[in-house]
Amino acid sequence: MVPLSYYLVLSAILFACGVAGFLIKRNIITIFLSIELMLNGVNLSFVAFAAQLNKLEGHIFVFFVMVVAAAEAAVGLAIIIAVFRTRETLNVDRVNLLRL
Amino acid sequence: MSMHLWIIPLLPLTGAAINGLLGKRFPKALVNTIALGFTAAAFAMALWVAAQFAALSPDQIPHIERYATWLSAGQFSAEYGIYLDQLSLVMLLIVTGVGFLIHVYSVGYMAHEGGYYRYFAYLNIFMFFMLTLVLANNYLLMFVGWEGVGLASYLLIGFWFLKKSAADAGKKAFITNRVGDFGFLIALFLLIKHFGTLQYDSLWKLVTQHPVESAGAGLLTAIGLLMLVGATGKSAQIPLYVWLPDAMEGPTPVSALIHAATMVTAGVYMVARSSPIFDRAPDARLAVAIIGTLTAIFAASIGIVQTDIKKVLAYSTISQLGYMFMACGVADYIGGIFHLMTHAFFKGLLFLAAGSVIHGLGGEQDMRHMGGLRKYLPYTFWSMTVATFAIAGLPPFAGFFSKDRILWSAWSSGNHIIWLIGVITAGMTSFYMFRLWFLTFFGEYRGPNPETAGHGHDTDAHDAHANGSHGHVAPHESPWVMVAPLMILALLSLVGGWVGVPHSLHGSDHFEAFLAPVFQAAPAGTTVPEPAAETGVNSTELMFSGISVGLAALGLLLAWYLYYKRPDLPARMAKAAGGLYTLVLDKYKVDELYGAVIIQPLIALSTNVFWKGIDRGLIDRAVDEGAEGALETSDAMRHMQSGNIRSYAGWVAVGATAVIAFMVWRGLR
Repeated sequence: MVPLSYYLVLSAILFACGVAGFLIKRNIITIFLSIELMLNGVNLSFVAFAAQLNKLEGHIFVFFVMVVAAAEAAVGLAIIIAVFRTRETLNVDRVNLLRL
Repeated sequence: MSMHLWIIPLLPLTGAAINGLLGKRFPKALVNTIALGFTAAAFAMALWVAAQFAALSPDQIPHIERYATWLSAGQFSAEYGIYLDQLSLVMLLIVTGVGFLIHVYSVGYMAHEGGYYRYFAYLNIFMFFMLTLVLANNYLLMFVGWEGVGLASYLLIGFWFLKKSAADAGKKAFITNRVGDFGFLIALFLLIKHFGTLQYDSLWKLVTQHPVESAGAGLLTAIGLLMLVGATGKSAQIPLYVWLPDAMEGPTPVSALIHAATMVTAGVYMVARSSPIFDRAPDARLAVAIIGTLTAIFAASIGIVQTDIKKVLAYSTISQLGYMFMACGVADYIGGIFHLMTHAFFKGLLFLAAGSVIHGLGGEQDMRHMGGLRKYLPYTFWSMTVATFAIAGLPPFAGFFSKDRILWSAWSSGNHIIWLIGVITAGMTSFYMFRLWFLTFFGEYRGPNPETAGHGHDTDAHDAHANGSHGHVAPHESPWVMVAPLMILALLSLVGGWVGVPHSLHGSDHFEAFLAPVFQAAPAGTTVPEPAAETGVNSTELMFSGISVGLAALGLLLAWYLYYKRPDLPARMAKAAGGLYTLVLDKYKVDELYGAVIIQPLIALSTNVFWKGIDRGLIDRAVDEGAEGALETSDAMRHMQSGNIRSYAGWVAVGATAVIAFMVWRGLR
C-alpha cells in the first residue's frame, strides 16, 4: 500500500503549483485554473487521510468542496466573461479598479 | 386638611409657560391678561390661605403639606412639600401682593418696549421661583427657588441684552450670586452630613438638641457662616453687594420687584428661617450683625454722592438690607422681617416712582437734569414723598416703626456700637433720600426747556430707554396704570408699620405677637429682646426713638439747606473734600479692587492656563494629534490597497505562510 506521506507530498506539490500559478500568471483563466488546482490538492489530502484513518468524514468534505468548486466555476466564469466584455482584456494587472 | 398650596407657585409658572412659549404671536392685551391674571390669582389665593391660616389652632402650625418624594439617595431624601408658618405667610403675601402691583405698573412702563411677552414671561417665572423659595419645606427645594430667582434676575437685568452694559450687569449679578450660592451649598452639605436631613421640621428637632456653641466655633457656627456667605450674595451685602448697583441696568419695575421687594430679601428670609441654627451659633450670628451694620453705613455713604436716581435707590437698598441683617444678627428676627415688609412697600414704591419720573422725562436718570418736577408729576411726587418719609424713618410712616425696632433691639441686646452705627446710618439715609427728593421735585427744572424741547411723543421716548440715550420730552405724568400701584404702595408705606407699633408707644405690636411663635425655639441663655413692660425701659426706648427721629429730621434739614436753600454749596463742598469725594463717588473703587485682585488674575489664569494651557494645549492637541496620527498612518497604509489582485494574493500567501510557520514552530517546540 502506498504510504500516506506520498499522498501528502503530492498534495503539497499540487497546492504549491496552484499558489505559484496564482501569483505568477496574469491571465484570469489561468488564475482560475490555479485555484482549482489548490482545491484539488487539498481534496487529495482529505481523501488520503480518510482512507488511512478509515473514516467517512474526509470523503464528505471532498464532496462539499467539489460542489462548491462547481458553483464557483459557474459564477467565476460568468464574472470573467463580464470582465472581458467590459474591458476586452483578461490581464488581471489591468483590472485594478472596480469602476470603469 | 390640605390647602392645596402647591397651586400658588404653579399659577405664575403657568402664566410664564403660556406667555413664554406662545406669547410672541399674542396681542399685548392678551399677554397682559395672562401675566396679570395668573399673578392676581396667586395673590387672591394667598389671601384665601391667610384667612384659612388664621383659623388654624396653634398646634396645627406650622402647616406642612407633603406631596411626593422628590429624590432619595440612601438615607437622605427630599420631598416636594410646603411649609406654611407665620414667616412664610408674611413672605407669601409680600411676594404676591407687591409682585402683582409691579406687574400692573409694568403694563404702563413697558408699553412701548420690544419683547413685551418675554418680559412678562420672565416676571412670572421670577414669581414662581420666589414662591418656591419661601414656601419650600426643605432647604433643597428652597435652593431650587434660590437658584431660580438668580436665573430670573439674570434674564431680567439683561432684558435689554443688546446693550452691552445691561448684558454685563446680568452676568455680574449671576456670577456674584454663584459665589454666594457656593457657600450656601456647602452649608447644606454639612447639614446633610451631620443631621441627614434638610426637611425643616425634622432638622429643627435635631438642631434644637444641639447645645449653644458659646465657647468657640463648632459645626453650627460653620454652617451659619456658610449660610451667611450665601445670604451676602443674594441680599447684596459686603463683600458681594457689587452686583446690585449694576443691576439697575434692567427695566425699573424689575429693580422694584427684584432688587427691592423680593429677591434680595431671600437672604434675610433664609437667615430668619435658619434662626434655630443661628441661635445656637452666637459667633455666626454676630458675624451677621457685623456684616449688616458695615453694609448699612458703607452703602449709605456711597448713596450720598450718587447722581443717578436709580443708583441712589440701589445703594439705599443695600443699606436697608444691612439693617435687616443687623436685626437678625442681634436675634431680633421679627424686626428683620418687619423691616423687610415695610421696605418692600416703600422701596418698591421708591423704585416705581423713580421709574415714573424716568418715564416722564423720556429716559433721563440723572438727578442733576431734574428738578421742579412736582408741578409736572403731582401723583408721583406725593407717593414719592410718602416713601421718602417712610425710608427716612419719620413717624408715623412705616419705616419709622421697623427701623426703630431694629435700633432698639441692637441697643437692648448690648451691642451699643452697632446701635451707634445704625443711628448714624439712619441720619445718612434721611439725608440722601431727601437730597434725592429735593433734587428731583423742587427748585427749577434743569432739563431741556419743556417748551422748546418739542413734544416728541412716547414712542421716541421709549426707544430712548432701550438705547440708553437720553431723548428729552416735556415732563409728563405717567398713565393711571402706573400711578395706581404707586397710590396703593403709598398707602401701605403709610400704614404698613402700624401693625407693629411698639408697646412703648402704647401700641399692641400685633406683628411681634403674630411672628413670635416661629422664633420661640430660641434656646435659653440667648438675649431675645423682651417686650418691655416696665415704664423705665419704655421711657428709655422712647428716648432712643427720639434720637433716631431727631437725626432723621436733621438729615431732612441738611438736605433742605444744601439742595434747596443753597444749591451752590454742594459743589463747593465736593471741591473742598477733593480726593475723598472722588473716592466715594467712585464707590470706594471696590469694583476696581475686585477687578484687580480677583477678576484680572482669574482672567489671566483662565486665559493662560485653562484656555491656552489645558484646553488648547492638552485637550485640543490630543484630539488634533490623534486625528493627524490616524491620517498619517492611513496615508502610509493606503499603498497596500492597490487594487492589484496578484498583490492581494501575495499578501494572503505571505500571511498563510506566516500562520503555518507559527504552527510548525509551536509543534516543534
